[in-house]
Amino acid sequence: MRRRFLLAAGLAIAAAGMAKTAAAEDVIKIGEINSYSLLPAFTEPYRKGWQLAVEEINAAGGINGKKLVVVSKDDGGKPADAQTAANELVSSENVAMLAGTFLSNIGLAVSDFANQKKVFFLAAEPLTDAVTWSKGNRYTFRLRPSNYMQAAMLVEEAAKLPAKRWATIAPNYEYGQSAVAVFKKLLSEKRPDIQWVDEQWPPQGKIDAGPVVQAVAAANPEAILNVTFGADLVKLVREGNTRGLFKGRNVVSFLTGEPEYLDPLKDETPEGWIVTGYPWYSIKTPEHDAFLKAYQAKYNDYPRLGSIVGYQTIKSAAAILAKAGSTDADKLIAAAEGLSVPSPFGEITFRKIDHQSTLGAFVGKTAVKDGKGVMVDAAYRKGSDYLPSDAEVEKLRPKE
Amino acid sequence: MSLGVALLSVEGLTKSYGGIHAVRGVSFMLQAGEILALIGPNGAGKSTCFDMLNGQNVPDSGRISVMGENTTGRKPREVWRLGVGRTFQITATYPTMTVRENIQVALVSYHRRLFDVWSPMASIERGEADRLLDLVGMAGYAERPCGELAYGDLKRLELAIALANHPKLLLMDEPTAGMAPRERVELMRLTAKIAREQSIGVLFTEHDMDVVFEHADRILVLNRGTLIAQGSPAEVRGNREVQAIYLGEGLLYDSRHREGASA
Amino acid sequence: MAFYIVQFLTGLASAASLFLVASGLSIIFGVTRIVNFAHGAFYMLGAYVAFTLTEHWSGALGFWGGIVAAALVVAAVGVIVEILLLRRIYHAPELFQLLATFGLTLMVEDLVVLIWGPDDLLGRRAPGFKGAVDFFGQNIPSYDLFLIVLGPVVLGALWLLFQRTRWGILVRAATQDRDMVAALGVNQKWLFTSVFAVGVFLAALGGALQIPRDAVHHAMDLRIIVEVFVVVVIGGLGSILGAFVAAVLVSELNAFGILIFPTISLILVFLVMAVVLVVRPWGLFGKKEAPVRRTPGLTVIPWRALTSLERLAALVALALAAMLPFVGGNYALTVGAEIAIFVIFAASLHFLMAVGGLASFGHAAYFGLGAYGVAFLAKLAGLPMIACLLLGPLLGTLGALVFGAFAVQLSGVYFAMLTLAFAQIVWSIAFQWVAVTGGDNGILGVWPEKWAASPSHFYWLSLGVAALVVSALRLITFSPFGYALRAMRDSPLRSEAIGINGKLIQWTAFVVAGSTAGIGGALFAYLKGSVFPDNMGISLSVDALVMVLLGGVETVAGPIFGAIVYKALNIWLVSQTDLSKLVLGIFIVLVVVVFPKGIVGMFESITYRRRAAPPKSPVLAAKMEGAQ
Repeated sequence: MRRRFLLAAGLAIAAAGMAKTAAAEDVIKIGEINSYSLLPAFTEPYRKGWQLAVEEINAAGGINGKKLVVVSKDDGGKPADAQTAANELVSSENVAMLAGTFLSNIGLAVSDFANQKKVFFLAAEPLTDAVTWSKGNRYTFRLRPSNYMQAAMLVEEAAKLPAKRWATIAPNYEYGQSAVAVFKKLLSEKRPDIQWVDEQWPPQGKIDAGPVVQAVAAANPEAILNVTFGADLVKLVREGNTRGLFKGRNVVSFLTGEPEYLDPLKDETPEGWIVTGYPWYSIKTPEHDAFLKAYQAKYNDYPRLGSIVGYQTIKSAAAILAKAGSTDADKLIAAAEGLSVPSPFGEITFRKIDHQSTLGAFVGKTAVKDGKGVMVDAAYRKGSDYLPSDAEVEKLRPKE
Repeated sequence: MSLGVALLSVEGLTKSYGGIHAVRGVSFMLQAGEILALIGPNGAGKSTCFDMLNGQNVPDSGRISVMGENTTGRKPREVWRLGVGRTFQITATYPTMTVRENIQVALVSYHRRLFDVWSPMASIERGEADRLLDLVGMAGYAERPCGELAYGDLKRLELAIALANHPKLLLMDEPTAGMAPRERVELMRLTAKIAREQSIGVLFTEHDMDVVFEHADRILVLNRGTLIAQGSPAEVRGNREVQAIYLGEGLLYDSRHREGASA
Repeated sequence: MAFYIVQFLTGLASAASLFLVASGLSIIFGVTRIVNFAHGAFYMLGAYVAFTLTEHWSGALGFWGGIVAAALVVAAVGVIVEILLLRRIYHAPELFQLLATFGLTLMVEDLVVLIWGPDDLLGRRAPGFKGAVDFFGQNIPSYDLFLIVLGPVVLGALWLLFQRTRWGILVRAATQDRDMVAALGVNQKWLFTSVFAVGVFLAALGGALQIPRDAVHHAMDLRIIVEVFVVVVIGGLGSILGAFVAAVLVSELNAFGILIFPTISLILVFLVMAVVLVVRPWGLFGKKEAPVRRTPGLTVIPWRALTSLERLAALVALALAAMLPFVGGNYALTVGAEIAIFVIFAASLHFLMAVGGLASFGHAAYFGLGAYGVAFLAKLAGLPMIACLLLGPLLGTLGALVFGAFAVQLSGVYFAMLTLAFAQIVWSIAFQWVAVTGGDNGILGVWPEKWAASPSHFYWLSLGVAALVVSALRLITFSPFGYALRAMRDSPLRSEAIGINGKLIQWTAFVVAGSTAGIGGALFAYLKGSVFPDNMGISLSVDALVMVLLGGVETVAGPIFGAIVYKALNIWLVSQTDLSKLVLGIFIVLVVVVFPKGIVGMFESITYRRRAAPPKSPVLAAKMEGAQ
């Protein structure tokens, strides 16, 4: 009986999806793709963020008088499925542009699709530097601070530490490998006296945390760089806490200050880690206050970093569409290059040189407050301060 | 093949499993056109012996020659290529194919066309397959799915398959097990007829002594892995040791009530 | 020294949980012969339910009671699943049960998100086992020590259960010979149900015990299921002791592997499994299986070539499909091309699995190798598209030549697992060897040349190649070679006795299947314009299995329909709902129950019965035999 009910429910959802396609002439459509079914913990807040943006934009009269509609698709976490979705959005839904994606490989797949089909694509969350540099193309822009930028922000703090013996723990795939590579390169440049004493490369999503923690401890580093996240991070933290790995050692960790990763750790959050993240509870700027109020009023929930990214993705897209006054890809590119838009973190700019936005991140330290993990001493770092020189960037990007 | 070389010659065949001698020093010969029965109580080593003859099992020591060629330790498929056909105690056929296709597979193997990937099987060796089916009295069964055949028909089909490579030697492990009495007689008569006509040597094991004494030219008696007697049916019947074993087993002339016990 | 001892103990602690789950899978397989793909899902459910219970019940009693109660609750769910679903399909063709459990897994993955929410959950730490014990300056978590003790205790308890109780003796007897137990007059139904319940209980307990060390989340099942299969296979199917030894082996391998080979820990386990299977084909403690008797209750309809009328119908269908560009838009054409490519992929697996009786769990490896072959040729060598399409699949051929040579030495589930191991090794190389393959970020920009770039042209290309491949495979199926392959599937004994070199035939078939999968992969690379390790991942291998089983493994046309239905439904659902896994899972489970021979298989049975009306039902005959 229950099974039937579920089937009926599923079909109803499907039917509702079908109904969405009915659209009038006076709308502008953005095609949005993300890993909703694979990574609901990250994409749910993200979806709430962009839905809020859509609501605000249409309440303010839409884009040049046209109503904004976002057609959203799931990619199931697979690059091939993301391309199918992108194709559907472009071919069947006639969207003006593509936006979204979380995983780096999917971001790249859609970016390559956009380049081939000459469609404007605003990558929301993928971190890999390749999106804007080695695999960059003129149709693709990116919002979130890249791997390189996060590394540079962390290196600035790491270089101040007295620690000389460093170990790294990173998931063994492109993201982990390039995060470690950039961090090592930048830190060694600033601090030639540093020694790299151990590297651990647990498989992504399958960390055997006990042995990893043991092995790192055996190398007796003074500081540790962590790139693991999600469930791997939870296991690492639990084993590390119990085995005393973090005692008396500095830890620098990518993304751990984002509520998505910090909240699950609850009272087991390790204290004093230097992290990038989003301390929504301690940001006191008018822009952010406005966003926070609107978000909490609509959802009765606090925002995650994904909420900011989702919100800002659609806000930026709307600004680009409004400025271009057209849905032509070339005009959208021209409008986007160098465009400055307000964001909850202050004004950001989409750089002409590599299509990276200057959205920054907060760097601070982890702490436990009321049984919850929080970021303290957090300060916003502008993205524009952590990008290499234009000459270097030009070397990184393929010639058109 | 020079005159005087036996069709099958077995010398000192021995096999043991974990210290237990299943077959010990078995030697015998089989001539073309001869029908030889291998009998013995359960666990006497008949099946082990049989499996070694067609290569299914490797002997610990001893020598097997088929038409003068040493086949000891050769694979079943190599022994088959020398012209040795085999039927199994528990039938081994292809249940998902039709009766005719079962024979066609053996025929394409015989003609070395197994790696032919383009010709449709339906047209290959059809006539020959039907001739073999006709020979074993199954002409009307060609299109029937093999999986639906009655057990007696499966035994006849096995005989037809075994004849596909124009064998010189047929190894038949309990060819009539599980069949009704009348079917047994028919099948063995048929086998004997084909053997005589084509001068095929037949070695068979059998529990049904009626069948054995009616059709065998000679009989080998195996007990606990050792050959205890061989000779014509009359000689074997008169052998004291054989009588002792079989009377003890209560099997010699009264097998019908016990059949199936060995399955 | 202390460090190595602690590392060893840490490995032992990981082994305990792995052993619990693996022993459950092993017991279920031993008795019911079901490859329970949902075992990981039960493990995950155990963790979720334990999370909820331990959050609600306070104190030490609440925690430990919650763990055990969670395992019991999930075992009860297992009983319901067994009675409502699996019981109906024990007599279905081999591996069909895998389809059902796969459907269940899909459903559970979405259901836990619906019930418990999307966030990772941090469970309570075990009361009394929160700290660590100092061992010569090294810390060992006391919970690890608890797990280290628990493993052998459970092993001992299972040993007593199997040696000292009537139920255990029956289970062991059934593991050795299912039919015999039926003949002994044992109520097989309830034996199976109870075995399934015990197996699920162990899985759920393994999951529940993870909550003090792990985060509870909706991908836990995938993380463990493959590793558990590896453990069960290394240990030997049906052997509890084997599962224990293999769990220790795998865990220690992980623990020490990261010290020596920090970057290839992912491959190490599969390498070891491959070596074990090559050296000891039935695992460390497994026994050679008695020759498989054909599942009773199977009406076998002999395959036949198409009649001229049917051939005409197929041509008309193809012609209709070729008209799509005149009515469909670009999206429809791209989806059409994708479906055509998956028809190729499914047909290639079907050839190996249905014609050859060799169910590969790693067929995506050859699909992916074909795709990477194209990507390498196009990006590195800069060859034109036609050359890439012709030569790219040869990488799949090469992979099949090498791996097939080892794989065909085995059969049944061991074959499946060795192919899985090879696929995982290939996948890991693609995933982790970033310098050559681009790793997770793949190889981009593999777009078709102008003549094939437009969606309609590419659709025609894919459709044409699919038609060619399917026709060729069909031709081979009805050729002497195809019959020889089926002969090996039906009776290796008979085949060897009529001069067939079975392993050579199977190896050839493996290469044919790998090459055709490679053709599919090559087209796929151009369809997507990129290749990713995903293209050779487990989920793609499973997709192919599902397509073949859905269509009907005992039919010739099954994979075509299976691929079309599954792929079209999948694309449509992913596009329409975030709960695509749930709906797809429900669909698969329904198909399993309603069409236990697959879609085409059921259709064929109906028409066959109408046409031939066999004199007596073999189902009945088999049951009567069993009852004697």
